[in-house]
Amino acid sequence: MPVTNVVIAGVGGQGAVLASELLALAAMEAGQDVKQGEFHGVAQRGGAVFSHVRFGERVHSPMAPRGQVDVLVALEKLEALRYAHFLKPGGIVIVNDHQVEPVRVGDSRPYPEDAIEFLSSKGFQVMVLEATQQALALGDHRAANVVLLGALANVLDLPDDAWQRTLERRIPERHLELNRRAFAAGREAAPAHVSE
Amino acid sequence: MGIVKLMSGNDAVARGAWEAGVVFAAGYPGTPSTEVLERLATYDEVDAHWSTNEKVAFEEAMGAALGGVRSMVTMKHVGLNVAADPFMVFPYAGTNAGFVVLVADDPGMYSSQNEQDSRYFAKVAKVPLLEPADAAEARAVTRDAFELSERFRTPVMLRTTTRLAHTRGLVEPGERTERERKPFSRQVSQYAIPVYARFRRVELEAKLGQLREFAEEFPGNVIEEGGAEIGVVTHGIPYQYVKEVCPDATIFRLGMLYPLPERRLKEFCARFATVFVVEESEGFIEQEMAALGIHNVIGKARFTNVGELGADLVAAGLTGAPVPGDFSAETTILPRPPVLCAGCAHRGVFTTLRKLGVLVTGDIGCYTLGCLPPYQAIHTTFCMGASISNATGFQRAGEPRVVAVIGDSTFLHSGLPGLVSAVYNQVPTTVVLVDNGTTGMTGHQEHPGTGHTLKGKPAPAVDYEALIRAIGVEQIEVVDPWDLEATERAIRAGLDHAGPAVIIARRFCRLLPVSKAETRVPYRVVLEDCIQCEECMETGCPALVWGADGPEIHEWECTGCSLCAQLCATEAIVATEVA
Ligand SMILES: Cc1ncc(C[n+]2csc(CCOP(=O)(O)OP(=O)(O)O)c2C)c(N)n1
Repeated sequence: MPVTNVVIAGVGGQGAVLASELLALAAMEAGQDVKQGEFHGVAQRGGAVFSHVRFGERVHSPMAPRGQVDVLVALEKLEALRYAHFLKPGGIVIVNDHQVEPVRVGDSRPYPEDAIEFLSSKGFQVMVLEATQQALALGDHRAANVVLLGALANVLDLPDDAWQRTLERRIPERHLELNRRAFAAGREAAPAHVSE
Repeated sequence: MGIVKLMSGNDAVARGAWEAGVVFAAGYPGTPSTEVLERLATYDEVDAHWSTNEKVAFEEAMGAALGGVRSMVTMKHVGLNVAADPFMVFPYAGTNAGFVVLVADDPGMYSSQNEQDSRYFAKVAKVPLLEPADAAEARAVTRDAFELSERFRTPVMLRTTTRLAHTRGLVEPGERTERERKPFSRQVSQYAIPVYARFRRVELEAKLGQLREFAEEFPGNVIEEGGAEIGVVTHGIPYQYVKEVCPDATIFRLGMLYPLPERRLKEFCARFATVFVVEESEGFIEQEMAALGIHNVIGKARFTNVGELGADLVAAGLTGAPVPGDFSAETTILPRPPVLCAGCAHRGVFTTLRKLGVLVTGDIGCYTLGCLPPYQAIHTTFCMGASISNATGFQRAGEPRVVAVIGDSTFLHSGLPGLVSAVYNQVPTTVVLVDNGTTGMTGHQEHPGTGHTLKGKPAPAVDYEALIRAIGVEQIEVVDPWDLEATERAIRAGLDHAGPAVIIARRFCRLLPVSKAETRVPYRVVLEDCIQCEECMETGCPALVWGADGPEIHEWECTGCSLCAQLCATEAIVATEVA
């Protein structure tokens, strides 16, 4: 079985790392070899964070080579642009329709409003989700990462019980129900929004 | 197979050390090494503590190893510079119980001030150097490192990199083996090095000869047979990249990077017209091989020594395949630069220093960000502790008004000797000690000033004022950096004072639980009163943005520090309560 490559990107504090850890655990539950690692700079808050998850029979490199990623999950639109070159041609982008203005240090260029159109124009399959809104409706905007995971689960072939066991083991009891519902919301939302 | 766990390289090193029966571990925080000690501290059997700096940590762990228990010291690459003195001398004596020095390098400088390849230290110190290639190996190699240390009575250097430390992989943990404490024999000729160094020097060379022999049979040096066309010598994380892009190559994978297995390498390289040496950072292995007389290699000519390698860069080096760039030429990919958090106590200091226009020597920590716009209020930063001693030097060069800015953890780490020197030599150095009650930059570790230990136990907290007075500083003032007027008055008084002066700018880091528990009164902008002078934007606060009609405060992010309100000429920024 070839190695599946996923990159999860977001802004510090959005839960990109937790999302990738959940994916890695689900792959482990499904009996696969897995490596997962994140990149972040010195910033405690507000910096770009991205994480690679690779699973399959045997995984070597901790990072997916550029141009070979199957799915990019972006918790924020600018972050989708930042890492899109990791995708393979025609790869899938699952993007949260959410914008976090970067803090400016001497850079006044406007925020790229057309991120989603740009990604589509590059031939990627773009799925847009209102993950933050959906999570907010469920009670906590921070569950957006798990909504996106639900959508991701639809395009990967990991068995559902591996996902459910992972949520149970990794998420603290008091947040479990919310996260289960966030995951289910992502599962249901995804197919309706595919643009090519 | 037993139970498998998903563990980071750092967690796996800690697990391996615990299994090996480590009793004592010390360190000083530094990304990417920090979590090793934090994880070790979670094991009841391990006495783990943060030390004031890496040299102290090294000597404590070394003392414990001499005292007969397996011990470990952890640090990032620049920490080894600080600990270099004992690191170079201890091998002359050799250890009693197992002693492992964990050093984490940071290729790519994700969170470091330089890109130092610490492998050279092992060579200079003449100690064996091991490097694992993933989390599973990190656990096993750490265990092996203790065996090796005891077998040859030598410190062993265990090197990791950011990628290894922070990548999670599957690990099958084992059990702990407890060990008897080994009695220390008071053999002066073995341990009082300066007096007996001549003898020990000869012995050290003999030991290195034995280690060279051992390298030939070390099971971590493995040849993985593949095709006859491509031969590769590699190690650690770069090995994973080679496997990824060239699964059919014949690979000599080194688990021990110093000393190298000369005979085996020569035999291996004789099988190929040319051999690729794939290593990250400098050409350490390549140079060592050249010194052994092996010259049919291609190394740094194809694989850059700058930054981190990756499977794509290794593929490019091996086959010439292109490396895709990002889309920044076609769309706007705005950077997300690191910024001081909303309400950060350091902000008031930099707002003040910018206004005063003095020369500022900086130090290492969150406050290093004071060099960036909009403050640009730090003009030099090099290494931990340098701010005060650099300021003294600037004054000796004739610069009249210099301020050194240093954090609390950094002051205790290596700032204090610089201050003692300034007092002793009567240099009127002005120091702002930005005391946020934690080691902020590396993720909020306790230190001798915080009142708690790594294991969460209460501890005596350094009384900075008493300490600084005791070394002879006469001008000491404590201010709240959220109060701009008081901060400015105190720094001015310090600069005007004829001798050394210390201003302690004290307020907890906003990310600490004590701060989060405070009642927060956010501020808001009354646009009718705003004259759009943009003075408030000079705070560089992430909670304050320029909206469609002028400044706006993100109420959910605002900590109520009131800095922007203090800067506002028209009182257009008010606390939300005073609506
Ligand atoms: C010799 C050395 N050891 C460790 C580090 C890693 N490091 C960078 S900043 C820092 C501590 C900063 O703490 P503090 O001085 O209290 O400032 P804060 O970040 O809290 O503002 C550490 C340990 C380093 N750069 N150099």
